[in-house]
Amino acid sequence: MTESLFAQTVATATGLLMLTAVLQVWRRSTDASTRLLAVQGAALALLVGAIGLAEGHAELVAVAVVVFALKGVLLPWVLARTIARSGIHREDSSAVNPVSGLLAAAGLATLAYAVSRPLVALDAGPAAHAVPAGLTLVLVGFLVLLTRHRAVSQVIGFLVIDNGIATVAFLTAGGVPLVVELGVLLDVVLVVLILRILSARLELAHGELDLHDLRELHD
Amino acid sequence: MSLFLWIPLLVPAACAAAAATRRQARWTRPLGLVSALVILVTGLGLLGSITAAGGEALNAAGDLFRVDALAAYLLMTIGAVATVALWADLSVPAEPDGWFTALVCAFLAAMTLAVLADNLGVLWVAIEATTITTAFLVGYRSGRRSLEAAWKYVVLGSVGVAIAFLGIVVLYAATRSAGHPTLSWVELVRLAPQLDPAVTRLGIALATLGFATKAGLAPMHSWLPDAHSQAPAPVSGLMSGVLLSVALYAVLRLRTISDLALGPGFMRGLLLVLGVLSLLVAATLTLTQRDYKRLLAYSSIEHMGLMAVGVAIGGTLATTAVLVHILGHGLVKSAMFVQSGRILRAEGSSKVADVVGLSARRPDLAGPLLLGTAALLGFPPFVLFFTEVAIIIAGWAAGLAPVMLIVLALLLLTFIGMSRQVLAMTLGPAPDRSVDDSTVARLPRKAQAPVTVALGAAVAAGLVALPAAAALGAAVTGLGVTP
Repeated sequence: MTESLFAQTVATATGLLMLTAVLQVWRRSTDASTRLLAVQGAALALLVGAIGLAEGHAELVAVAVVVFALKGVLLPWVLARTIARSGIHREDSSAVNPVSGLLAAAGLATLAYAVSRPLVALDAGPAAHAVPAGLTLVLVGFLVLLTRHRAVSQVIGFLVIDNGIATVAFLTAGGVPLVVELGVLLDVVLVVLILRILSARLELAHGELDLHDLRELHD
Repeated sequence: MSLFLWIPLLVPAACAAAAATRRQARWTRPLGLVSALVILVTGLGLLGSITAAGGEALNAAGDLFRVDALAAYLLMTIGAVATVALWADLSVPAEPDGWFTALVCAFLAAMTLAVLADNLGVLWVAIEATTITTAFLVGYRSGRRSLEAAWKYVVLGSVGVAIAFLGIVVLYAATRSAGHPTLSWVELVRLAPQLDPAVTRLGIALATLGFATKAGLAPMHSWLPDAHSQAPAPVSGLMSGVLLSVALYAVLRLRTISDLALGPGFMRGLLLVLGVLSLLVAATLTLTQRDYKRLLAYSSIEHMGLMAVGVAIGGTLATTAVLVHILGHGLVKSAMFVQSGRILRAEGSSKVADVVGLSARRPDLAGPLLLGTAALLGFPPFVLFFTEVAIIIAGWAAGLAPVMLIVLALLLLTFIGMSRQVLAMTLGPAPDRSVDDSTVARLPRKAQAPVTVALGAAVAAGLVALPAAAALGAAVTGLGVTP
């Protein structure tokens, strides 16, 4: 892979990651959120594949395939099934409206650029310059997690945070060692499956689930 | 010798597999206790052999596993606390429950992996695995409240630990730019002085905050009282007694790297804030608490806060005190959760107000409750008295006298809150009831034994700490603390 093609691929992939994160804040439909998550997973896989080809690591290309299978296909499919079963197609319990959500996302992106200055300074390559995109994903994921109260939205927020961390990992260091990488992917899949089972059981106990209703335990 | 390291990992894993496949078989029920005993014995054996060899660490599986005296000490603690919790669970007759046993064994295996790993990444995967294995244990009773607790636990726990992973990634980037990408403790400690300070500071702060979430330190503690009060008693005992300490172990290791790369001030400031905040949260909420299982959970936040202050002070005395405190607190807290589970079964309510005159009606339940509370509050001769005094003295000597005064005041408030609640449950005459309580079956001596042994061990731990000073000293040196 030539230097300029690599730079362009990295730019496209991180652009897609940022765009899907911002749209995630804007859209209220849980179906659309799930599709955005699938696009985000595919963009992450593209990024990993590009870094793998550029640095000549066959290992990373294999990781890219796994990332695509899990984050681009499997997890969005699990979420889509959950939505279809629970019949909740709209996040109608968000604490912020779309406009203030977008403003907050812009603020968080600025914060991400400020915080990641020492990380960007470590390395002059095109990859390091995209690190703030990863941190933006982490912060936007937090925003989604904190402001939305449907169970499925919280899972989406968690996955956006995770995508952001994976982006930082691949951009700054070409990924952590393989055994750790695979362990992390497995953990994420298991957490999502557990949350799916718990939310199904909670719905059985509570009816249609708004996490605002989880107020029995407090001091 | 290195094959020996696989035993505490593979035995619980095999027990988990056996219990999951033979879910109805009676012989699967003791498998949790078997795993705990295996971990305890290997931990003791490793600690003994490493101390005898002058602190030389053992490696296995390439360099993925490395056991120094500190890791062996924690392994022993996990084994000891798990033995108390699971032995007490066995001493009450019940139907075999394969999934429960399997999850408990897998949980023990995950904690063992966290302690054995020489690699920050593997440690992270193991700590996340503890969340995964305990999620269904917290939500085990499937009622609304336990499901709510499980949901909060998984979401907050996974997000917190995800932040720790971000910190680990940033540290990895720092080592990569220093020319030697690594996540191994040994290598990180060796490389620490060459790491870029700005990047390392970001990485250490994120990783510490993430692991502190899992250790139940304020302000990221809100999942803890819910999860620990809703889980079945042996699981609460394990989570409060050792899982929190395993997360603190990660912070202890991070402190070594931070001290070498950034000087001692950074981590000390961060941990003092987290520790004092935790003590404050515990003090205010024990004063007003109405549920005795939640009371125990807040007591765990108090003790984790105190241990964080101890880690913040650093140096040989404070670090040794923290290590002994981990063992003492684990033993007493798991015994207390067992006891609270028994009171809940006998009285049918976990409200403090619903339990009256316990020492008149059920001295078999009230006695251990009072003794255990005294141990948690730091009465001599229990070991927590000595470790608390040691932490305060070490802090004073390190020039942190104003902070130590605040810590003492907050400990006193928790003391008042907790003793008031427990005395309200135990003292006073028995209420006038139509049922004659003297006909109620007392706990058999066999069922009392685990709690008695745990409280006895909490006294003995204070007495053997001096003779075992060599082993503890080796554990502290394993952290790279220079006396």
